[in-house]
Amino acid sequence: MNNKQRFKDIVKKTEDKKDKLGRALMAFISGGLVAIIGQAVYDFFHLALDINESDSISLMLVFIIFVTTLLTGLGLFDKLAQKMGAGSFIPISGFANALTSSALESKSEGLIYGIGSNMFKLAGSVITYGIVSAYILGIIRYFALLIGGAL
Amino acid sequence: MNTIKFDNVYVVGSAITGGPVEKEGPLRDYFDKTYDDLYCESKTFEQAEQKLLKDSIDLVFKKTGLRDKDIDIMFGGDLLNQITSSTYVSRDYKIPLIGTYGACSSSMLTLGLASSYVNAGYANKALAFTSSHNATAERQYRYPTEYGVQKPDTTTYTATGAGAIIVSNIISDIKVTSATIGEVVDYEVNDANNMGVAMAPAAYDTLKKHFKDMNRDPSYYDLILTGDLSTYGKRIILELFKKDNIELNNYDDCGLIIYDRQKQHVFAGGSGCACCALTTYGYILDKMRKKELKKVLIVATGALLSPTLIQQKETIPCIAHAVSLEVLE
Repeated sequence: MNNKQRFKDIVKKTEDKKDKLGRALMAFISGGLVAIIGQAVYDFFHLALDINESDSISLMLVFIIFVTTLLTGLGLFDKLAQKMGAGSFIPISGFANALTSSALESKSEGLIYGIGSNMFKLAGSVITYGIVSAYILGIIRYFALLIGGAL
Repeated sequence: MNTIKFDNVYVVGSAITGGPVEKEGPLRDYFDKTYDDLYCESKTFEQAEQKLLKDSIDLVFKKTGLRDKDIDIMFGGDLLNQITSSTYVSRDYKIPLIGTYGACSSSMLTLGLASSYVNAGYANKALAFTSSHNATAERQYRYPTEYGVQKPDTTTYTATGAGAIIVSNIISDIKVTSATIGEVVDYEVNDANNMGVAMAPAAYDTLKKHFKDMNRDPSYYDLILTGDLSTYGKRIILELFKKDNIELNNYDDCGLIIYDRQKQHVFAGGSGCACCALTTYGYILDKMRKKELKKVLIVATGALLSPTLIQQKETIPCIAHAVSLEVLE
């Protein structure tokens, strides 16, 4: 036990300070940049092409997904993500990359056992808990409206 | 007693192959063959690793003028499930195989075993080989290659390449003098992105046992080399010895030799079976042949984790195996 404690002290002493602030700042700037690009694309569809609001949102999302997927396929997205951190992970680009990278990785095992069953390996959690939380929130909303209506 | 002393084991020859990042690194001149991309002219990454391994074995045969029938036994190991790189490549050779698993300690584990067989007289010539591939290891132990996740600075970069070495009981310029087989050590590190730190106590343990068994001081060696502890693990080794009042100034780590961390994006340094194999079988043996290094102790370190057990919140058991090499005067 003594040895393990001694080791833990040495680990603490020898590790470098983590640059959490730097990474958070980078995520803030790069994530904000993705948002600005998204807004610009949305404005283009909505204002310039006169497409209605909800369709413009969908088209903007498709645009970000397309660009992410393309960058993943070209082998550039992981390099960007190392710098951007949460800035690329949190927007829909993170989700698109999780799907594309898993699909690319499992290409060698064929369409069924490879891409088909592995594509959602990483993104599966997002879908599962997305549905679970939508379900729970749906119930809460239902009762909240019932109570609100009764009052 | 963890150490076996050898009386009559000598290095016949070795060969190393590498991938695109290794080719750009400081050891570029020591490779027998390199490839420009991770696929190595193969269809899948797994086949690419096999190709690198097969090339290294074929090249060591070519360099030494030996053939299948000259080798009595071979030992191989790699990082993949069911050690498939080693076993699939072995289909092409009519040599008895003992497949081993020691994670990244495979290089010295297989060399130590091959030397033991020769020393005991069970074999006249034995072959030891190992391989690792960045993409196959990432895939099995971490995430898809193109997955965009921010890695911490403590992460290491799995080397792509393979190394093969032949030892025999016929005198040559480099003698294998001993092998120290390590015990599994677990200091309760559970961060799979910080394996250098997790493995450092195992390397320390094996080193201490080696010095005790051989009744030697670390200063006996011109160079003590750990396999893939990288930046942070190296610091811990130095600190652990400092606590014993020993200043190690003849110590380095293969993970810091194989890549140039200033120019190459390899985080804390290199890792993987190939990291130690490429550095030792290429660079170190060359330095020994030129008599720039005469006594070298190599400690290959392995993290014996599986992704499943890490997800079950288990810690990382580690192991380290050492082999000492000396130039004959």
